[in-house]
Formats: sequence, C-alpha cells, structure tokens
Amino acid sequence: MRATSSARSRWGLRTLGLGYLTVLLLAPLVMIFYKTFEHGLAPPIDAITSPDGLHALKLSLLMVAIAVPLNTVFGVGCALLLVRHKWKGNAVIDAIINLPFAISPVVIGLSLFLLYGTQGWLGPSLSEAGIKVLFSVPGMVLASVFVSLPFVVRETVPVLQEIGTEQEQAASTLGANAWQTFWRVTLPAIRWGVAYGVVLTTARVLGEFGAVSIVSGQISGETETLPLFVEKQFANFNTAGAFGASVVLALLALTTLLAMNVLKRKEDA
Amino acid sequence: MGITVEGATKSFGDFQALNDVSIDVPNGSLTALLGPSGSGKSTLLRAIAGLETLDGGRVLIDDEDVSKKPTQKREVGFVFQHYAAFKHMTVFENVAFGLKIRKWDKDKISGRVHELLGLVQLEGLADRYPSQLSGGQRQRMALARALAVEPQVLLLDEPFGALDAKVRKDLRTWLRRLHDEMHVTTIFVTHDQEEAMDVAGQLVVMNEGRVEQSGSADELYEQPATEFVMSFVGEVNRLGEQYVRPHDMTVALDRDDGAEEAMVQRIVALGFEIRVEFVLGDGTEVWAQLTRAELQKLELREGQIVYLRPGEIKSFNGDVPSSDGHGASTPHSPPDDDDAEVSAAV
Amino acid sequence: MEAHSATASAPRAGLRLPGVGAGLGRGTVVLYLSLIVLLPLAALTSQSFEEGFSTFWTQVTSPQAVRSLELTVMCSLIVVAINAVFGTIIAWLLVRDEFPGKSVVNAVIDLPFALPTIVASLTLLALYGNDSPVGIDISSTRIAVVVALLFVTLPFVVRAVQPLLIEMDREMEEAAASLGAGGFTVFRRIIFPNLLPGLAAGVALAFARALGEFGSVLLFAGGLPQTMVSSVFIRQQIESGNDIGAAAVSVVLLVAALLMLAVITWVQRWGSRHERSSGGGLTVMPMSGENFTKVEDDDEGH
Repeated sequence: MRATSSARSRWGLRTLGLGYLTVLLLAPLVMIFYKTFEHGLAPPIDAITSPDGLHALKLSLLMVAIAVPLNTVFGVGCALLLVRHKWKGNAVIDAIINLPFAISPVVIGLSLFLLYGTQGWLGPSLSEAGIKVLFSVPGMVLASVFVSLPFVVRETVPVLQEIGTEQEQAASTLGANAWQTFWRVTLPAIRWGVAYGVVLTTARVLGEFGAVSIVSGQISGETETLPLFVEKQFANFNTAGAFGASVVLALLALTTLLAMNVLKRKEDA
Repeated sequence: MGITVEGATKSFGDFQALNDVSIDVPNGSLTALLGPSGSGKSTLLRAIAGLETLDGGRVLIDDEDVSKKPTQKREVGFVFQHYAAFKHMTVFENVAFGLKIRKWDKDKISGRVHELLGLVQLEGLADRYPSQLSGGQRQRMALARALAVEPQVLLLDEPFGALDAKVRKDLRTWLRRLHDEMHVTTIFVTHDQEEAMDVAGQLVVMNEGRVEQSGSADELYEQPATEFVMSFVGEVNRLGEQYVRPHDMTVALDRDDGAEEAMVQRIVALGFEIRVEFVLGDGTEVWAQLTRAELQKLELREGQIVYLRPGEIKSFNGDVPSSDGHGASTPHSPPDDDDAEVSAAV
Repeated sequence: MEAHSATASAPRAGLRLPGVGAGLGRGTVVLYLSLIVLLPLAALTSQSFEEGFSTFWTQVTSPQAVRSLELTVMCSLIVVAINAVFGTIIAWLLVRDEFPGKSVVNAVIDLPFALPTIVASLTLLALYGNDSPVGIDISSTRIAVVVALLFVTLPFVVRAVQPLLIEMDREMEEAAASLGAGGFTVFRRIIFPNLLPGLAAGVALAFARALGEFGSVLLFAGGLPQTMVSSVFIRQQIESGNDIGAAAVSVVLLVAALLMLAVITWVQRWGSRHERSSGGGLTVMPMSGENFTKVEDDDEGH
C-alpha cells in the first residue's frame, strides 16, 4: 500500500515539475527556433545580415568587449580586497555591489539618463567638453557595466574563501612577492570561478535591454544593440527580422548555459 | 644559522598568543616546539617565518634582525600541516616554484628538482598532480619544495598532524635522517610529546603563550621545571599536590607502612606494557605501568586490594619535593624485602 | 583540523597587498562603485525631489502610478508564491529523483538567466499570443504579466533550495521516520524548516527581480493601462517627457529594491545563526557579507 502511494506521489511530483518546466521554459525555447525557420532560412538570414542587423551585432559585441574586461578586473580585485583585507567598509562595499541585482534596469537607465542629460549634474559640462554620453556608445557602456557589475565579484568571493591562504603563504615562504603570488598561485586556483563570473557577465551584457534602451535612444544603425534591434523589428511588424536576431541571441544563451555547466564541473573537480 | 627570538608578544583581539617569549635555537639543531592547542607554538613558528607580524620583540636569524623583513626575503623553508600544495601544478612544478621565482635557468631547475624528488623518494611521480598523491607523499613533496631553495632554516608546522599513525612514524624517522644529512637548522611544531622526543634533540615546551621549559628530552622528563611540564611530558599520576610517574609506582600485595591501600579497578594489556588502574581510599584514581612478567608474578585481579608505594615524587609547591603526608613520601623505592613486591620502574 | 581553519585565519595572512597597495585598491573600488552605481542613483533621487516633496508625492500618487505599482506588487506576490511551490518541487526532483534527461533539465533551469528578456517576451508572445499554435491567447492580459514574471524568476528558488537539499542530512529524515512520522509529516516538520532560509532568500531575490522586470513583460503583456507594470510605466513617462514622474516612481522601486536586499541579508544572518545554510550555491547571488566580517581567533588552526 505504502509503496504504491509513494510511487504515485513521486509520479505526481514529476508530472507537475516537468510539466511546469515544459510549459514555461522548453516550449518557448522550441518556439524561437520554429518561428525563425517557419518560412525557411532566407528571412531570418536577410534580417540579421541587413546593415542595421549587422551593426546591432557589432555594437553588442563592442559592449561585451568593453564591459566584460572592466568588470572582470574590478571584480577580481574587489573580491581580493573583500576576502583578504579586513576593513570596516567591506560590508558597505558588499551591499553596494548587490544593488544592480535588485534594481530595475529601467530605473538604472533612467538614473544614467538624468545624470548625463541636459539638466543633469554631469551632462552640461560633458557636452561642453564635446563628450556625448546619452544616445551614444559611452552611455550604453555605462549601462552595461552597471547591470553586469556584481557577477564576477559574487562568483570569485566564495572560491577565494574556499582556497584559503595556505597556498599563498607557501608561495611567500618560497620567495614570491604579492604580484608573483597572485599570478602564479591565486589566479590559477580561482580561474574557474572567475571564468564562471565572466560567462554570466557576458550573458547579461549581451541580453541587457531595459537600461540600454533608455540611454541609447534606439537609433537604428547607430545605437542599437541586438536586443534593441529585436524590439525595433517587432514594432515595425518585421517578425522574421525579430526572430532572426532572437535566434542569434538564443544560441548565445545556449552557449552560455553550456559554458556554465562545463565551468561548474571544473570548479567542483 | 641560529635562530633567536627575543621577548616576542602577539595577540589576536583579546587572545594573547605569545606573551614575552624568548628562545634560542643553535645552528644546525633540530628543535621541537611542543605544547597543547592554543599554546602559541604555531604563532611563534609563523612569526619566525614572517607569516605573522609580532606586536613586540625581535626575531634574529643568524644574528641578523629580520623582524621587518617580509616573508619572501627571509629565506626560510616552511612546511604546512595541510601541505599547502599548489593544486594546479604538478609535483615537478610545485618543487620548481621557488627556483622559478629565483629565475634559475631551466636545466638547472630540472636537475635540482629531480635531485630533491630523489631525496624524498618521489622520483616516479614528477608529473602527477597533488590530488593524485597520498597524504604522506604530498607532505614529502611539500618538504622537497621547501628544501629546493636551500633555505637557511627549515620550519615545519605540525607536519605530520594530518597523517595516519603508521605514515607518521615512518616520516618521523625519515625527517630525523634527513636532518642528519642536511644539517639545516630545523624547528618543528607538534602537540605530540612522543613525536617531539622521538625526533628532536632539543625541546621547547610552551603553554598559554609562554615558554615553560627548554632542554633535551631527558632533562624535561627527569627535571621538569613546572607542574605543566611534568604532566605534559610523559605520563603522570597526581596525588594531591604531588606527582609520580606510573612506572615509579610499586605494587605490593601485603600491607606495608609507607604504602597506601588501593583497589585494582581495571587491567589493560597493551602488548608488552600493562596498565593497571587503581582507586584509592579517598576516591583518587591512579595507574601503574607494569611489565607482563611483573603482572604475572603479582597475579592481580580486578577488585583486589593492594598497597601502592609511589617512588620518586615531585611537587611544585615549593622548591624542594615535599616529603610529608599520606606516608607515601619515601623518595625512593624501599629495598626488595618482600618477594611479592616488584618495582615497576623500567 | 577542520577545513575552515584556513579561511578563519584568512584576514591575517595570505596574499596581502602592501599597506599602500591595499589603500589604493580600496580607493579604486570605492571610486568605481561611486561613479558607476552611486552617482547615477543619487542623480535619480535628487531629480525626483527637484520640484519639492509635494510634486514627488503628486507624481507617486497619481492614479496611473498607483495602478502600476499595485499591479506590479500583486503580480510579483502571485509569481513568487507559485514559484516557491514549483521551484521547491523542481529542486526536489533534481536532487532526490532519478529520471532520464535530468542533467539537461538541470542545465535548462538557468535559461532565463541566459536568455535576453526581450527574446523571452517575443517567444512567449509567439507561443501564448493571438497567433498561438496551441490555441491559448493570453497576450495583453494580466495573466501575461504573471507568466512573463514566472519565466524570469523561475531559477531563483530552484537554485536557492537545491544546494540545501543536497547538503541535507538524510539521517534526520530517517530518524523522524523511525519515530513514526509519515511522508508528509517528515516534509512539514523536518525538511521544510531546514529549507526555509534558502527558500526565503530565493523568494526575496525573485520578488526583487519581479518588481523591476521590464523586457519580458514589454511585448507579451504590452502597455495597456490594465497591464502596465511600473517599469513599463516609467519608460512611458520618459517618452512623454515627464522626467519627474518617471523618477518618482523609480525612487519607489529603488526603495523597494533596497528593502529586499536588506531582507535577504537578514534572512541569511538568521539562517546561519540557526546553522541552516541559506544556499551558498545561489548562482546569481551568493551573498557573502557575513563570511568576511567574521573573524575567528584560533591560534593553532585546529
């Protein structure tokens, strides 16, 4: 009796859980590919190889090329300070780092919009100096850096804590200075954790929509990243174009998932 | 290269790890820092290496004050309890690390590393990663790594603490032999008095951030300066304010003037040595160390009433061993006038 | 002897920058965070009060603003409640059950973290919109808001609960069963209390995310008055030139976000005080505040 009822509840849970995942995650994922190639390969390829599409792709990659290295260097350095150097202000730094996780991207975008706008604190003096932040690349970079800031720190802090300090101490007894110790001992020991953070940062920068949409002004062929291109194509009733760009982003997302899994395994090994 | 520490103090928050500690380690010696957990022995060792900064006092290596020198310039070899193996490097790369930092050229490094791997008997394992080694092998690798840079002094922090009993014994013997060959001034930290006495020529006993006594194993055992040393170095029975070694307990079957009545509680055979536990009239529990032959001669059974006569007694109340109370005060074993009475002294 | 001894002594030794270096590093970190994060948020807050508190209040209490805030909070509450249940079930399946394709399912859970929100919105619309191949059209309704938020917040609870289930001592359950507790009682009295800190942290994170979500809602639920969540409302205000109105509602969302972060910190302190871990394996946000403020003065390392 007991065995059958527990088997029944097990099947019940499976049906519920996996059914939920199918409706919510798997079906939409399949849908992207179905919709994209519904009318053959040509429409999505045309859309993505159009001048605006290619420009959007390039701009997205540019965001990655700037924001990811910045936040990686910052993230590793900041994690080292937080874990290895006790300081009163650490708790405050830690709290600030978590902010981008919790704040709406639209609020982030608006904050930058107001700071660098014509009425903002920095906008007028920067525009006098000939630097255009809003509706151009610098503002979009700032938005991308803001939203993706926590990932490397958050992934690096626990691995740094886990490796402890003995290997670093051993390196110093063997004559290595702080710089040599970092490059030869610490960084190799935390590399998979950092790499995991880098993957998450990249995914976030590539996919960021809300914050960038507000500071960019969404000028086609100028300040449009791939996610903004998707919205624009949809608004212009070019569904094929929207899905063509979406498929590129979805493939990048799947690559991210794969990388996350590989790295998690390396980290645990 | 002798090591001298003068008036070292160090505290972590409210905890005083070192309280005015001074030691003198002669050139070429093998010295053990012995003490219980929290006695400050590891902190002292780490201060010598520069891994801790002292609040006060000085560290001198070869008469040079190194207190302000960072670790990487002190040229000490340090071996950690948990090996501190570089997990992402092979055995070869681990041992070569210090040499690469010193920018040796490749061929010289390779020669030196293989020489050391030979010394620690890890020749065949150069390409393995630490995770593929046993604990004992990892510790030998760590030792080779520390020795590769030809340190002035070798410091070992509970080097065998994480290993199992058998491996531990082998490594001890091996460390002693290694020291005999290399003559590098060596300090090692341990909480195991047997290990300290087995390996080291000189011992420094520490407790609560202070040095209790230093000297050879014999000196510490025969002439303990303090109560703590008496009870920490070797086994001891406590009778009120007095201490007596279990092998200095004489067991007699017949009543005797100088002896105390006791009941045999438990007889434990530990191979050649027999441990006999007694309870005295006032409830004090003591034990005596007998040989198998002695036990057979006495034919002791659990529950039996016998008479105990402590041999050499130590007391740390005053300067002189006290000789009053309990009648169990005779400083030496009485003559063998009774054939059922055997001195347990070995 | 324990593994933690190495980390316990972490603040004292290990890789240390020289004094000047640490100060310089700290200065850089503070400057970076100020320029990137704090300055814009300060500008936002200041702008929202530029015409005084009464203007701020008028903007926040305008019927459309209140309507959007109410809708956002209501939908977020419904979403975290549903995902708390399903997230726990899915975590349970991933840890305690065996079925073919489990590792794929485990990997796919993170899809909402990796997939751009605008793409999610587009596909949900294609699947459950007026062109739906399965005949379900919920686009431009409040249900669409809920479904979009369910999608983006799904991983939070799963990833918060999963490590706790993995670590959980099964002997506790066996002990309870040996004392006569049935399956449901074991769950309610033994498993659930131990999952609670992680579940709470996951729910709080999901709630914070739901309150501010924008991209996934945008195309699927649209900008009709009855489906306009706060973030969409903010963008609409910006587009119609009402910067102060946009900033005022943004400040409300900002305060809510800060509140949720405080709740998460509190939940994790509470969890660690009860020796119940609160999910160190949170992929997106393993909060670590208490880890490096804790100092143990353990001399010998054992």
